[in-house]
Amino acid sequence: MREYLLGNVAIARGILEAGAGVVSGYPGTPSSEIVEHLAPLAKEHGIHVEWSVNEKVAMEVAIGASWTGCRAAVTMKHVGLNVAADPFMTLAYLGIGGGMVLISADDPFCHSSQNEQDSRRYAAFARVPCLDPADPQEARDMTLRGFSLSEEFGLPVMLRPTTRVSHARATVDVGTPRERKASPGFEKNPPHRVALPVHARPLHAELLDKQAGIEEALAKEGWNRSQMRGEVGVIGSGIGGLYAEEAIAELEADVSLLRIGAYPILRDTVGDFLEEVDRILVVEEMDPVLEEFVEMVAKERNPGVEILGKRSGTIPAVGELDPLTVRNTIARMIGLPERTAPRMSTEVLSILPPRPPALCPGCSHRAAYYAMRKAFGRDAVFPNDIGCYTMGVGMGTVDTCLCMGASITVGTGIRFGGEERGICAVLGDSTFLHSGLTGLLNAAYNGARMTVAILDNSTTAMTGHQPHPGSGETAAGEESPAISLPEICRSLGAGLVETADPYDLVSMIETFERARDYPGLSVVVARRSCVISDIRTGIRRPRLRVDGEKCGGCKLCVSFGCPAIEFDGKVATINALCSGCGVCADICPQHAMEVAR
Amino acid sequence: MRTSDCDVVVVGVGGQGVILISEIIGRAAMLAGLSVRGVETHGMAQRGGSVINHIRVGCSYSAMISPGGGDVLVAMEPAEALRYASYLSPAGVALVNTRPLLPVTVTTGQASYPSIEEILAPLREASSRVYPMDATGLAGKAGSPQAANVVMLGALARHLPIGEGRLQEALSEIVPARFLEVNRKAFELGKIEVE
Repeated sequence: MREYLLGNVAIARGILEAGAGVVSGYPGTPSSEIVEHLAPLAKEHGIHVEWSVNEKVAMEVAIGASWTGCRAAVTMKHVGLNVAADPFMTLAYLGIGGGMVLISADDPFCHSSQNEQDSRRYAAFARVPCLDPADPQEARDMTLRGFSLSEEFGLPVMLRPTTRVSHARATVDVGTPRERKASPGFEKNPPHRVALPVHARPLHAELLDKQAGIEEALAKEGWNRSQMRGEVGVIGSGIGGLYAEEAIAELEADVSLLRIGAYPILRDTVGDFLEEVDRILVVEEMDPVLEEFVEMVAKERNPGVEILGKRSGTIPAVGELDPLTVRNTIARMIGLPERTAPRMSTEVLSILPPRPPALCPGCSHRAAYYAMRKAFGRDAVFPNDIGCYTMGVGMGTVDTCLCMGASITVGTGIRFGGEERGICAVLGDSTFLHSGLTGLLNAAYNGARMTVAILDNSTTAMTGHQPHPGSGETAAGEESPAISLPEICRSLGAGLVETADPYDLVSMIETFERARDYPGLSVVVARRSCVISDIRTGIRRPRLRVDGEKCGGCKLCVSFGCPAIEFDGKVATINALCSGCGVCADICPQHAMEVAR
Repeated sequence: MRTSDCDVVVVGVGGQGVILISEIIGRAAMLAGLSVRGVETHGMAQRGGSVINHIRVGCSYSAMISPGGGDVLVAMEPAEALRYASYLSPAGVALVNTRPLLPVTVTTGQASYPSIEEILAPLREASSRVYPMDATGLAGKAGSPQAANVVMLGALARHLPIGEGRLQEALSEIVPARFLEVNRKAFELGKIEVE
C-alpha cells in the first residue's frame, strides 16, 4: 500500500507494523509527530501510548515494557537523550526483552533546538546499533526491521532521523499494522536485570563480544551499499548519501558511491571501497562520525587515499547540509563546473525586515514578562528555560537558556555565586513538570532566596500542544486528574506560592511584587490558557481598537511588542491579528484602547 | 540530467497555511501515480516566523530543492518571496501574493517594510515570469481570506505536471467538507487570475 506520509508518520507506521505494545516519549522538535500520530490510534490497536513527563521517564517505561517481552518504542529529540542517557547507557549492559527501538531525532542547524549534537555518538558510546535513515521510506523500513534486529542482538536499536527526514513527506510503501502479541510478563533474571557490580562486569564483556556479530549482521541488511564507478568516491551517511546520489546522477559523472545507513559498520564494507578509489569525499550531517571511521580504516587498507570532508574543511562542520553544497563539492573534485545560485545581493535583501518567530498576539507570556519587569526592574536577573517563552528574549526578561529545567537551578547557583540583585527564574508548566521539580526542591532545601515564575498555559505549546500531568488528560485523550502546580510547589518547600492571571495586569504586577519582597523562596504561577488552545476550543474575545482622539502617540503599547499593535506615524492602531486579551488597554496611559464594536 | 520533473518552493509566514499547499500537491501527485517528495517547516518558526516548504513532483531523491533549482516559487507574502528568491531557477515562475503581513520587527518600529515595487523589481530581474496577485483579496471574494493558500494553489495548477482533476480530488480529500465550497471558489479565482 502506497501513501504520502510525513517521515515521522512513516516511523509511527513502522511501529504499528511491528506490533509494538507500548510507545512512550516526551515532545521535542523534530520528533513529536510520532507519538502524536499513534496516540489517537492507541485504543483501536490495543497499545499503550503515553506522553511521559520527561525522556528519562519515557525511556524507563519503554524498558520496563520490553522486559515483559512486549515490543516497545520510545521517542525524543537529540537533547532529550541527554536526559535519558542514564537508563540508556546501562540498558546496553542489561539488554532488552521484547524488541525495543529508541528514536532520537537530530536537528542540524538548530532549527528548533539549543545545540547540534549527533545521536550517533551516543549509540557508539553505549555500543548499540544505530540506523540513519535517508528518507521517510527508509525511516519506516528501518523502524520495522529495528524491532526484530533488537531481538536478534538483545539490545535496543537506535533510529536517528534528522529534521529533513522527520519533516519530509514522501510516497511510502507501508504494510498493515500487526496485532499486539500477548506478552509473557516480567521474568525474574537478576544477572540480566539487576545492575549490581557483580553482574555489570560480565555484562560489559558480553556487550563488547556482541559487537563483531552486530557488524556482520548489519552488513547483510542492504543499508550499507556501494556502487563502483571510478577512482573518485563519495561515502555518505543517511540523507548525506541521498544528496550525493542525486548529485552524481545530475552531474552524470563516473563517481563511486558508498551509502551508509547502519552502524556499527563492518570494516570490510569501507575497506573494500577504499581499495578501489584514490580520492574520497565523506558526506554526513553533524559530527564527522563516519569520516573518523573511514580515516581509521584507510590507515589499514589504503593509506594513500585522499580523504575530504569536515576535517579537511571541504564540507561545512556546522549547520545543515544542502544538496547544492554537496553537488558543487563533488563537481569540484572531478573538475566539472559548479552551479551558482542566482544570489540576491545583500543590498537587495537588506530592504527586507527580519521575521523571527515571536510570541503570538495575545500570548499571556508577553503580559507576564511585562508585569515581571515592572515588579523586578530591568536590572534583576532572569534565568530562563526552554519553551515558547524563550522567544521573549527581546523583552529583557530572558537572561539564560541552557537546557530543560535549568532556570531554577542556574538561578540558585547565581544566587549562591554572589549575585545580590533580584532573581526571577522563569519556566513553563510542561518544563517545570519535566525537570523543574527537583530544582525547586533543591532551592527550597538549600535556602535559595529567589522567585520562580511558572508560566502556566496548561499545555506543551511550542511542540504542538501536547497534554501533560497538569492538563487533565493523557496523550490518548483519557481523563486524568489535573495536578495542581501551587500544591506541588508548596509540598516541595516554597515559602510563598501565589497564582495570578497575566491578563489581569495590575494584579499580576502586585503578585510579582509580593514574591519579590518575600525573604525566601517564592513561586508565582502565571496562569492563562494558550491563545492557540483558545482558538482551537472556540474561545473568542472581542477585538480592541484605538480611539485615535485619545491616543497621544507615546508608543508605549507599540513597545509592548504585540504583533496586533501597529503605529501609523501619529497614533497606534490595532490590526486583525488582535485576539482580545485586553492587556494593552491596561498599559495605555491615555485609556485609548476600547473594545471594538 | 534533471533529477525531478517539477520543483516547487512554497514560502510564507507560519500560520498562513503553507503546509496545506504541500499536502494537496503531494496527495494529488500520488493519485496521479507520480513519485513525490516534500519537506516542511515545523517547530519554532511556525510561531509567526518565516517558513519554506519544498515539493518535488516526479522525484525519487531527497526532498530538498537546491538554491537556483526551483521551477516555481509560490509566495504567500511579498517580503518572503524576495527572501527566498535565490531558490528560483532563471527560467522559473514566481507567483506572489501582494498582501503584506507585517512582522513584529516592523510593527514595533525596529524595521520598515518596503513597497511592493521595491520587492517586485529585483524579483523581475531574477525571473522574467513574475505574477503578482492579491490572493488574500481574491480569497475574501471566495468567502474567506484564510483561503489565500488555495487561491495560490489555483494559480500554480497550470505549472504542475498533474491534472487539475487530481488537484481537485486531493483538495476535497484534505479540506473539511464545510470549507470545501469556499476553497473550490478560491482555487477557481486563482486559476483565472493567471490565465
